[in-house]
Amino acid sequence: MDESPLLELRNLSTHYISQGGSRVVRAVDDVSLSLRAGETLGIVGESGSGKSTLALSMMRVLPPAARITNGQLLLNGEDLVPKSDDEMRHIRGKQIAMILQDPMASLNPLFTIGDQVGEPLRLHEGASRRSAWERAIGLLKAVRIPSPETRVKQYPHEMSGGMRQRIVGAIGISCEPRLLIADEPTTSLDLTIQAQYLKLLRDLQAEHNLGLIFITHNLGIVARMCDQLAVMYAGRIVETGPVSDVFNRPAHPYTAALLRSIPRMTQARERLTAIEGQPPDPSTLPPGCAFAGRCPSAFDRCRREAPPVMDVAPGRNARCWLVEDQAVPVATRGAA
Amino acid sequence: MSATTDPAAVPTTPTRYFRLRDLPIIPTTILVTVVFVAVFADFLAPHDPQVGSLTSRFLPPFWQAGGVMTHPFGTDHLGRDVLSRLIFGARVSLVVGFTAVLVAGAIGTTMGIISGYLGGWVDQVVMRLTDTWLALPALAFAIFLAAIVGPSEMNIVIILGAVYWTRYARVVRGEVLSLKEREFVRLAIVAGCSKWTIMRRHILPNVINSAIVLATLMLGIVIVTEASLSFLGVGVPPPKPAWGVMLSDGKQGLMVGYWWLTVMPGFCIMLLVLASNLMGDWLRVKLDPQLRQL
Repeated sequence: MDESPLLELRNLSTHYISQGGSRVVRAVDDVSLSLRAGETLGIVGESGSGKSTLALSMMRVLPPAARITNGQLLLNGEDLVPKSDDEMRHIRGKQIAMILQDPMASLNPLFTIGDQVGEPLRLHEGASRRSAWERAIGLLKAVRIPSPETRVKQYPHEMSGGMRQRIVGAIGISCEPRLLIADEPTTSLDLTIQAQYLKLLRDLQAEHNLGLIFITHNLGIVARMCDQLAVMYAGRIVETGPVSDVFNRPAHPYTAALLRSIPRMTQARERLTAIEGQPPDPSTLPPGCAFAGRCPSAFDRCRREAPPVMDVAPGRNARCWLVEDQAVPVATRGAA
Repeated sequence: MSATTDPAAVPTTPTRYFRLRDLPIIPTTILVTVVFVAVFADFLAPHDPQVGSLTSRFLPPFWQAGGVMTHPFGTDHLGRDVLSRLIFGARVSLVVGFTAVLVAGAIGTTMGIISGYLGGWVDQVVMRLTDTWLALPALAFAIFLAAIVGPSEMNIVIILGAVYWTRYARVVRGEVLSLKEREFVRLAIVAGCSKWTIMRRHILPNVINSAIVLATLMLGIVIVTEASLSFLGVGVPPPKPAWGVMLSDGKQGLMVGYWWLTVMPGFCIMLLVLASNLMGDWLRVKLDPQLRQL
């Protein structure tokens, strides 16, 4: 706990602003998170909740219409938000690496595996073509690719899906980043390959003491992979905390509803409960809590006033009026 | 994942997806012949193409009455050997054709990549420019430029490059628009590549196939344009034996029966254009990444 965080987000907001500024979509709104080295943070939420935009914000690779409008993004205590694009280029791939949603398509069909795995090394460390190639072989070995000496010379279309995925992992760790962001890296894979890959990511994390951020909508993966969990809804983090605590005693009704909607082995033949209704249009959010319209325990105040981040327990917080009785709003304690 | 245990099961890279015998026979034969003739023109041509003898003007081809074997395709109004002029003319057509296609391709591909990848106002400017360009009739535009800079082989190349680059820019931009949304380009971005590195390393190699196919198809158009310019007197300056110049010189003779002066160079132009178009069509299929399973 006393260790300073590797990555800390303070009240980060990213908005999509339409041309002329008439429509503003608060894709990421007032998000605060922190992650220590060697820790895994799972960010879950349904489609459109802002998970991917949050990941892109951390890399500062947002599409032209999106802008970080507020907040800080601290990597080892250094704020990345005011950095120029040029400065960011030396951080991307070197200190923060990212694995994309579809690693199968993440390789350039025209270059050999060796060239592509070695590219970040040449880019960030000025490695020569030959030494980058040598290190690429080592990296392929690290991601358990058999006979890497042959494989480096081959092209992506000669690899199986699982192999290509591990190669993308190798590119991710090539410059020994401090932080690895994986944005739904397993959605395009079948279950056995998925399991292998998740294990590989865990191993790599342990070997390199990586901070790992895992973005997914699969709570099963979160349970297996993550130490910390952040639940996102309509651009906001509605609940954070250690995975087991959140799973066992969800503080926010949304988290509770999410957990009820996954099948369990122990409760056979029970209908799965879906969450009624749709998430709100992020460009016209209600004045109160964004979940109020779908929340079974919403009361008047929820619809009038958006709840602030409140502590539930040490290391746990939620944005819900229901926890107010037991908690003190974080904001009143001064800047965290 | 059987390969994880058996290193011997690693497939070897097929290095020969390009085989000589796959080449289409007709266009290859024509192109190889023309290139051969152009390269060895000095040894192949029976006479000096620029020197004639006024005593042997308007000799017909050898198979017609009055024709002689020393001038198999006859002679022109200055008594110059038509065959020799055709042989040296191949050199002009090829040199001008290839360099002009290269110049147009280099400008167009660069503009297309920059326009497509950067997008925004850069894209707007480049695309409106190509719109304007394409609205102008190519030949009239070329004549206009030629009239300004004056006739010479070098100028022709520059003019043709300036007139035809927009076609590459259009095609390449379209490809870039779809390429830049591909996951590997995104990966390059998050790996910290600069825009220019991405354009050079990840975009350019992926559009080069299309550019090559377009270049082969453009070769025919460029050769015809060069011949037209020469025919109109704003192209390769005489006495250099360009096919277009020969057509132009021969046109007065057409009404009095000197058909070989126009038909011979015309036929050569037709063959070369046909060959380059056939080659382009074949390459288009051959280089299609889907057919090559990339």
